[in-house]
Amino acid sequence: MSNKTKLFAAPYCIWGAGFIIIPLIIILIYGFSDTEGHFTFINIYSIFSHVNLKALLLSMLLSVASTFLCLLIAYPLASVLAEYGRDKSPLLALLFILPMWMNSLLRTIAWQNLLEKTGLINAILLFFHLPEMMIINTPWAIILGMVYDFLPFMILPIYNILCKIDIEYKNAARDLGANGWQTFWRITWPMSLPGVLSGITMVFVPSLTTFVISDILGGGKILLIGNVIEQLFTQDNDRNAGAGLSVVMMLFIVISTMITEKYDREGSV
Amino acid sequence: MKKLIVMMLLLSLSFTLSGCGSEINADSPNALLVYNWGEYLDYDILDEFTEETGIEIIYDEYETNEIMYPKIESGAADYDLVCPSDYMIQKMIQNDLLQEMDYSKIPNISNIGKSYFESSEEFDPGNRYSLPYCWGTVGILYNRTMVDDPVDSWDILWNEKYKNNILMQDSVRDAYCVALKKLGYSCNSTDHDELEAATELLKEQKHLVQAYVVDQVRDKMIGNEAAIGVIYSGEAIYTQNENPDLEYVVPKEGTNLWIDSWVIPKSAKHVENAYKFLDFLCRAEIAKKNFDYITYSTPNEAARELIEDEEIRNSPIAFPDLSQYNNLETYDYLGDTADKYMNRLWREVKSY
Repeated sequence: MSNKTKLFAAPYCIWGAGFIIIPLIIILIYGFSDTEGHFTFINIYSIFSHVNLKALLLSMLLSVASTFLCLLIAYPLASVLAEYGRDKSPLLALLFILPMWMNSLLRTIAWQNLLEKTGLINAILLFFHLPEMMIINTPWAIILGMVYDFLPFMILPIYNILCKIDIEYKNAARDLGANGWQTFWRITWPMSLPGVLSGITMVFVPSLTTFVISDILGGGKILLIGNVIEQLFTQDNDRNAGAGLSVVMMLFIVISTMITEKYDREGSV
Repeated sequence: MKKLIVMMLLLSLSFTLSGCGSEINADSPNALLVYNWGEYLDYDILDEFTEETGIEIIYDEYETNEIMYPKIESGAADYDLVCPSDYMIQKMIQNDLLQEMDYSKIPNISNIGKSYFESSEEFDPGNRYSLPYCWGTVGILYNRTMVDDPVDSWDILWNEKYKNNILMQDSVRDAYCVALKKLGYSCNSTDHDELEAATELLKEQKHLVQAYVVDQVRDKMIGNEAAIGVIYSGEAIYTQNENPDLEYVVPKEGTNLWIDSWVIPKSAKHVENAYKFLDFLCRAEIAKKNFDYITYSTPNEAARELIEDEEIRNSPIAFPDLSQYNNLETYDYLGDTADKYMNRLWREVKSY
């Protein structure tokens, strides 16, 4: 490495050490020790307790559901946006990214106000004598919150990759007699797979670990694994158990990333 | 091992701290770091204090005692003044986190009623560490237009008729106090059978509960979002002003009587400023102004005299005659093991 590269790399190395490596080591130390500092697996095993296991499974269920929904909404939308982006301006795409400029906490609180029993949506429904919508403080509200908060993370990578696919591929497929569905399924979809996979990771991981959305839209009635970890740190003041569960979560995330990576590599071959 | 962690924390902290430049420098001798409950002080008073003394206040808020404690214990921030509740003060004294107060530096302390110091003896024997700030009870706030049963007991919170219309406190001790009192036990119970029975009761109640919240009970009750809520008495006057249909009741099974007091942590760096601020807060006019804003019962008797509205000055909600109750209990610190046990049971309820 030349001196110049070293100089340029220095800020990132310091950043990486200070904000990634050292905190990670601290988490690992706490996770594998008890309050006296002796080595133990008990914090890791605590994931198998009834409450924690249930919270983990519920988190998985909700994040898989919201990731799937995000994909279902984002793919057609990204296709339309990419289609427009080709000859017009990417302004339309910007429109969908715009909400990201606002703090996600505020947007989640806004949903709470919208969904409440006396909230805006129910007021409108009531005005038209329609049945009230009572999804606040249920898992459905949490899925809604996750989809709303993380949708841009699915749209962006898919949009980007669709924009890059050369239109000539599609034209060639059509010339060779493929219909619209065949063109999509054999040409566009495989080529957009890397974007889809990174979209899935970017939605799945924050959904799996969120505790804010479940707190605000779940009314404190639904305990996700993120809530358990948060409470262990803040309420119980039990850093060891909290760190132990965080290690387990990291494991889950690494595994899910490895799975998507594998598909990614196979897809690009 | 601990040293290693501390070293690493310091190292990573040094990265963050060097980048921070807040308006007020916490290291300046002219600063004061205050850590208080949310919505628990008239912010104008902070400005008035700064104007008068030139001391800049850094003001942070927390939602529950349990959230506050780790921050002080770990030394994550060197607050000069904190306002925990009784049992938490007891815990902080036991764990050697507080420094003794020099009451002679707070001349206006004479405005605080003697009886409040007597009550404080329970968690602060000898009155060495704390200065009473607010007090009250935990009770039921209900909306007269939505509830047609008589409300005088915790039982109403288990009434199927109010499914999805009940707000419970998302704070371990308060939630368990409700269940324990309903069962006729003490809210300081550490008996596993009693706590387990309370847990079963809370699980049974869960499908009726609209949400577990803390500060939000107030706004949700004002907005007619729910019919019944568990709330601190101090919110009653404010909520009634905003929504006249609301009524506050102390259930007949008894409840928790609490005192929140100012304490000075051992790690405080601006102790003199803290005394100045406490003296300022104890001033009758300031305490009255603060009461008007937060509506929590003040132990400041001189301030109570200044309240113009006779109805509020003699309100049985704001200033109840405690002699008429015989089943009010102050929370005790139950010890680390019992705390952990209770937290675990509470999580069981929340995930049920």
